[in-house]
Amino acid sequence: MKALGIGTLSAGVLLEGCKTKPKDEVVVKSPGNTESDRLPEEVERDKKLNEQTFFTPHEMATITVLSNIIIPKDDRSGSASDAKVPEFIEFIVKDKPEQQVPMRGGLRWLDMQCFKRYNNPFKDCDSKQQIEIVDEIAYPAKAKPDMKPGVAFFDRMRSLTATGFFSSKMGIEDVGYVGNVPNKWEGVPADIIKQYGLENVGFSPKAS
Amino acid sequence: MGEIQIKKSSKQYDAVIVGSGAGGGMAAYVLANAGLKVLLLEAGPYFDPKIHSSQLKFSYESPRRGASTKERAGGDFDAAYGGWDIDGEPYTRKDNTEFDWFRSRMLGGRTNHWGRISLRFGPKDFQPNDGVSERWPITYEEVKPYYDKVDRLIGVYGSVEGLENDPDGIFLPAPKPRLPELFIMKGAAAAGVKVIPGRGSILTEALPGNRDRGVCFFCGQCGRSCKVYADFSSSSCLVIPALKTGNLELISNAMVREVITGKNGLATGVSYVNRDDLQEYQVNGKSVILGASSCESTRIMFNSKSQRHPNGLGNSSGVLGKYLQDSTGASKSGFLPQLLDRKRFNEDGAGAIHLYGPWVLDNKKLDFPRGYHIEFGGGMGMPGYGFGGIVPQMNGKYPGPDGKMKEGGGYGASLKNDYRRFYGTTFGMSGRGVGMARVDNYCEIDPNVVDKFGIPVLRFHYKWNNDEINQAKHMQETFSSIIHEMGAIPLTEHRAENMWGLAAPGRIIHEVGSARMGDDAKKSVLNKWCQAHDCKNVFVVDGASHVQQSDKNATWTILALSMRTAEYILEQRKMLNI
Repeated sequence: MKALGIGTLSAGVLLEGCKTKPKDEVVVKSPGNTESDRLPEEVERDKKLNEQTFFTPHEMATITVLSNIIIPKDDRSGSASDAKVPEFIEFIVKDKPEQQVPMRGGLRWLDMQCFKRYNNPFKDCDSKQQIEIVDEIAYPAKAKPDMKPGVAFFDRMRSLTATGFFSSKMGIEDVGYVGNVPNKWEGVPADIIKQYGLENVGFSPKAS
Repeated sequence: MGEIQIKKSSKQYDAVIVGSGAGGGMAAYVLANAGLKVLLLEAGPYFDPKIHSSQLKFSYESPRRGASTKERAGGDFDAAYGGWDIDGEPYTRKDNTEFDWFRSRMLGGRTNHWGRISLRFGPKDFQPNDGVSERWPITYEEVKPYYDKVDRLIGVYGSVEGLENDPDGIFLPAPKPRLPELFIMKGAAAAGVKVIPGRGSILTEALPGNRDRGVCFFCGQCGRSCKVYADFSSSSCLVIPALKTGNLELISNAMVREVITGKNGLATGVSYVNRDDLQEYQVNGKSVILGASSCESTRIMFNSKSQRHPNGLGNSSGVLGKYLQDSTGASKSGFLPQLLDRKRFNEDGAGAIHLYGPWVLDNKKLDFPRGYHIEFGGGMGMPGYGFGGIVPQMNGKYPGPDGKMKEGGGYGASLKNDYRRFYGTTFGMSGRGVGMARVDNYCEIDPNVVDKFGIPVLRFHYKWNNDEINQAKHMQETFSSIIHEMGAIPLTEHRAENMWGLAAPGRIIHEVGSARMGDDAKKSVLNKWCQAHDCKNVFVVDGASHVQQSDKNATWTILALSMRTAEYILEQRKMLNI
């Protein structure tokens, strides 16, 4: 075994060339370096985040209703909650604490609007009432001025829901991404070049 | 707690190299293969893409779907450990400077997460004739043999174009354009903007003579680093092969404080702190080669004071730290309504640009010197954090599948369908150009601040000038014109008020120039071999030596010059000069 002056050099590195390994295989380790693509501090950080809870059960129930209104089940794929979007949103607000105030505040704002109109928080209103209030905050260009906080909140919910859904396994399949697999890239398929009339677009071959 | 001691080794290496990026890695490779006993010190942890890459993970394998974190500023799967803000390693700024300094603390440094765009400088970059900047003390003809060797050693794709100031390399085939990129080519041609195939260090075919690296399989994830070593990163292509010679020792997590010099002013070695055991070490080398990245090497030299080097090692000229440059950068994105509801296919392609816009314009008609290149891209990428941002912005502006207009934003079945419709319809273009070398753009040591290891930190002073602002304006005008000719819709607008989207200095992560080379020891830190004028056994092989940056990214030139410097070291040793 080839060990390099461990007493005087950093104890952090061991250079091993064992007889059982092929001659040209070299293993260099340093402490804190796992055999995976995550650093120990990343594993630790995510573990701590997963042990925390941010949203209350009431808030999670509201998020679930909202996310399913934004991305419902259809004939191609399931709903936002089928794709675990509420759980994703819970993780994100822990990971990105700057999202906590706008999310918590927006949820409460929505509940207060619903109390005023329907005497119930949002999640306990019937679906006709829920759609009525969503209609007032889902369309930025036509929202009334005093609905603007709701518009900002709904924009945020919509973004988080779309991210959470379409980056999930269900969503990636739904949107039709077929990459992330070893292949040989040969350019845009000929039938698609023809579809857009791009046959004459290309680099002319040069004499070498 | 434990005592602190300084552990001094009696062993003397032929060369001690600081930093394992493009420059340090190449020097280690050349010298170890030549039989020298080399020690390579890297401030960050060991990193082997084969083991440590996140390549081929889906977004949902990250709880944050690939969003960035403190540990990885580039994204959860990005190869770079680090960012602009590292705990315990501050830097400062003065005079309302906005300079952001990126550090990648890991084996291979920035070569793990860089864009793989590989461009030779041209003759006019080394020897400009417009009188606007200093000339380098070297010519393209002197560097060309090293560019050729680097192309053969590492591999680069591209196309032979015969452009005067974008010299051709020894190319592997360039990847074909994606669908939005075909629209870009058509629009650029109509706008009179030259676009050629990209140039990137990815093995689109097997590299002749190399059995250790695999061929690219077009996942487009070079930024995660490549498990089969199909792209260039210093760890996979230089350091790990050099370790196999048995002549190279690598110490990771070693943060170098200073170069130690003897009474005669020559370097005897370096001192470093080990980040794991927090103990101090000194190692000896007949030569010391700094490749810690431009500003970090400069910092080490400033901090290497002695009686013979009162202003820092190599700084008798007072020029150390000055003439710091980062590239200019401004971008614009757009949307192609023609591509709504596009058919799906695997469009990942290569992880470096498929299209490149070289600088070919005549400055006589322009209000700025030099120029910029353009990087183009677009296609159906893997959905991740932030997916579909364009949809609420645009879905009220185009008729739906039923031909009817609707209100923008929304929810429900029709919104869900909008995300499908708009997928793969966007594209972007970025300019990367020449920031001029100015004596008053510099880094220096902050006299009041040390980092967590007690090493004095850098303080930056940097302002963009009208030359750079006008260049960014021209970039935006060029982008707008291309987008218009494409029949596409711009998604971003920039105005004079935000300097046309010119990125803050440091944001392009191309810092060079802070230990410039020159023939005159009164006006430069290094000679044309990147050897310190004041200390002939100290060399600097990262971008610090660059006199004036060009419109091409620095990495390929860093590799060529480091190889050239390493061969010069071997020659000088034979002649017993060092």
